[in-house]
Amino acid sequence: MSETKKFLYVNRKAPYGTIYALESLEVVLIGAAFEQDVTLAFLDDGVFQLAKGQNTDGIGVKNFSPTFRALGDYDVTKLYVEQESLAERGLTQDDLQEIMYEDEDDDWEEKPSIRIVSRAEMADIMADQDVVLSF
Amino acid sequence: MKLGIVISEGPYTHQAADTAYQFVKSALAKGHEVPRVFFYHDGVNVSTRLSVPPQDERNIQKNWTALAKEHEIDLVVCIAAAQRRGLLDENEAKRQGKDANNIAEGFRISGLGQLIEMGIQTDRLVTFGD
Amino acid sequence: MSTLHTVNKSPFANQSLLSCLGHCKNGDAVLMIEDAVYGALAGSGVAEAVKAHAGTVSIYVLSEDAAARGIADDRLLSEITGIGYDGFVDLVATHDRTQNWL
Repeated sequence: MSETKKFLYVNRKAPYGTIYALESLEVVLIGAAFEQDVTLAFLDDGVFQLAKGQNTDGIGVKNFSPTFRALGDYDVTKLYVEQESLAERGLTQDDLQEIMYEDEDDDWEEKPSIRIVSRAEMADIMADQDVVLSF
Repeated sequence: MKLGIVISEGPYTHQAADTAYQFVKSALAKGHEVPRVFFYHDGVNVSTRLSVPPQDERNIQKNWTALAKEHEIDLVVCIAAAQRRGLLDENEAKRQGKDANNIAEGFRISGLGQLIEMGIQTDRLVTFGD
Repeated sequence: MSTLHTVNKSPFANQSLLSCLGHCKNGDAVLMIEDAVYGALAGSGVAEAVKAHAGTVSIYVLSEDAAARGIADDRLLSEITGIGYDGFVDLVATHDRTQNWL
């Protein structure tokens, strides 16, 4: 498969209340094997997916938030989070878990996968894709 | 033009599978190709052959089975989502040691890779969900 | 390069329509389907927000969904164009990508 397309996964829903966040992550993990140009967007309630300190022991549901930290191993290294969505919810980047990847083009230096962008920048990112999958 | 379709909500509760059906019929009538429809999240529930809607209502599964047969559409049901929700074909039922299967004619169970492949191989991807 | 955005939720139930409009680029199209057709009503609480984008974005409503919900054409914002499933297909084909605001 020689053709490479730009895939954007749009996450606009909070985790646990519905299954969308988890099943979105499952698509991202499987999709990584296809070696496409993958970007994840977190906006609206989707920013809650990346919140640190998630503890699901009391609700009897698997905590899938650690999986985000493994995305770098799948070469999924572009996680864009919308600043306005954070601010509307009283959050800052400090409320999100730290997600790092090793940059193979830069002597395997550890770099953050999460990049905070403005709504206008998010719109530009969305407009730059071949395939947009929404969850 | 090749159009890929994702249906990500269940039948009857949500309009997604109905809207997708009308959209695909129109697209085919206009000469577009719809090589595959991918069922994900609760959308996998469309594929059960055991649903028995009242006779004066549309039968969503049968509509899709008929459309797929007429136009050779590949109806793919995500295996991970299907297993969670109790949708099994004959092979999966055997493999999982279950005493029944329920996938309707025209649907097949396969992996999420089929969704990504559809995104790569089609010109446009349209998702119907909620 | 432009995008077709589809929205299927009532704007009185959640933020999908407003979020969608807030991420549109000039020349994009927005199609309201299913319960989103309530966002096309003239005189509603979101009408001004919808009209504010009508200059730079083409806004459409799926006529079959409006009809199903008893929304006559004369109740729609004049900035919004009613189209059928055929028109929906054409919008998908004539824009570079489709983004569905679920």
